[in-house]
Amino acid sequence: MNRAKRFPYLFAAPAILLFLAFTVYPIIASFVLSFQERVGGEYVFAGLKNYTRLWNDDIFWTAMQNTFIIFVVQVPVMIILAMVLANVLNNQLLKLKGFFRVSFFLPAVTSLVAYSILFSIMLQEEGIINTALSYIGITAIPWLSDPFWAKASIIIAMTWRWTGYNMVIFLAALQNIPEDLYEAASLDGANKFKQFFYITVPQLKPVILFAGILSTIGTLQLFDEPFNLTGGGPADSTMTLGLYIYQSGFEYFDFGYASAIAYAVVVMVGILSIIQFKIAGDD
Amino acid sequence: MAKNLEVIEQSTNKLTLAQRQQKKPKKKKNKLKAVWMYTLLSIFLVVSIFPFYWMFIGATNDSSKMFTNPPTLLPGDQFMTNLTNLNESIGIFRVLFNSLFVSGLYVVIALAVCASAAYVLAKYNFKGKKFIFTAFLLSMMIPYQATLIPLFQMMSDFNLLNTYFAVIAPQLCFPFAIFLLRQNFLAFPTELMESARLDGASEARIFISIVIPSMRPALAAASIFLFMTQWNNFMWPLVVLNTNDMYTFPVALSSLMGLSYIDYGQVMMGVTLATVPIIAFFLTLQKQFISGMLGSALK
Repeated sequence: MNRAKRFPYLFAAPAILLFLAFTVYPIIASFVLSFQERVGGEYVFAGLKNYTRLWNDDIFWTAMQNTFIIFVVQVPVMIILAMVLANVLNNQLLKLKGFFRVSFFLPAVTSLVAYSILFSIMLQEEGIINTALSYIGITAIPWLSDPFWAKASIIIAMTWRWTGYNMVIFLAALQNIPEDLYEAASLDGANKFKQFFYITVPQLKPVILFAGILSTIGTLQLFDEPFNLTGGGPADSTMTLGLYIYQSGFEYFDFGYASAIAYAVVVMVGILSIIQFKIAGDD
Repeated sequence: MAKNLEVIEQSTNKLTLAQRQQKKPKKKKNKLKAVWMYTLLSIFLVVSIFPFYWMFIGATNDSSKMFTNPPTLLPGDQFMTNLTNLNESIGIFRVLFNSLFVSGLYVVIALAVCASAAYVLAKYNFKGKKFIFTAFLLSMMIPYQATLIPLFQMMSDFNLLNTYFAVIAPQLCFPFAIFLLRQNFLAFPTELMESARLDGASEARIFISIVIPSMRPALAAASIFLFMTQWNNFMWPLVVLNTNDMYTFPVALSSLMGLSYIDYGQVMMGVTLATVPIIAFFLTLQKQFISGMLGSALK
């Protein structure tokens, strides 16, 4: 009996110890570090210095703004596209469903670095995308050298990679909606459009919330794409919080400041998640 | 009686007539709809697939061929040249080995750690269980970057920078994997555990011989999820690894783009080599892959 009582602790122990060492400790340590600065090789208490510097740091606010723009444009575009594709793929008339599903999911299995590099080559001034555009009469777009288009490049690349992934999530959820809900609605005279907004969307709410939270955390931590696709430029136009943490920490070796930025991200993820839960949980 | 039958017959006739009348335009409408759907899907198909094709074109052609107008749309004969050049720049076999080794080892250890924790969290009652589970869940909301700097200092203090250990250790306890595995373990029938207990099996024996074998699909999905996490991991290896011979694939690839002269044929070869094995892996294990990558959140 005693042995049986000890068993759960024994089996959970490796996970708990690793969790304490590599998650709990670092979270506390970086919180402490965010109130410290390095003076002659030693970290000493600096009060709110890192945070006041953060408040007055233009690059930080630029990174915030960039992240916000990317988030506000990319997530809705991707979710709407994924929704449309999932609905089409869910149609009874369609053949080759499996083929389309796998093809659309394919971008999601590529490594983040590999696809970022691939897009950085395709989006060059004389790259294949501008060449293709020239055939439909669009003059070369300065994808990577113009602040506006650099952001667009990141949004396009991310949408390419993640739409199919979200589509598969929505598709799985769509197949769980009971068919008789639609039958009852169409007997009541609701058209396809109304059915979509009054049945499909509310039924998919938890899944949209799930995809939304994943995308929120993902966008706030955005690093691989700006690092490999645009390098944060031109002129910080694609600087993200993730990239700024990396640069402050491992290019300028300002660990205290980097920790302060990281904690700003923690707070934002928390706030945004609460907002999303509030929006979704009003019923 | 006969009258009744007549009425029924009439009404069914009417119905079929009405259906017939309706059927024709509906068929036309369906056809139109199908055309519209296939057109939309084909456009998306081209967008999804073309970059993969272009990657292959790049890997088999000379660097300059990627920027010509009209574009080069056929594979060239530079495959071996690009491969040799890539190998000279980053030591492709070593890098592939590093990535496979790190990801493989990570999957084995992380799966053991996460599955055993998930199992007791799902199937046992013990003091502190709720607290532990809540802590795991909450930590999923914390961005990885918030732990980056103390982790780096820790590895540096223990002289573990530039080691495989440093790459895999921080994420061995992966709360998301624990959460998903727990959901699956919850569905395992407790009566089976009880009867094994009556037969005198130890708790560990029950887990290893009875529970694990019946959880294969869930474990396969979790393995794929963990493998992809480690295979794609970039920021952390970039921070802790600092010599070419220790680089994982993403770090090595990224370093190619930092050179003063970029040979795009070489880079595309690297991108291809980083992508093709995963695609092959994905196509053979589609089902497990998709449920693994979606975190089997929706079964």
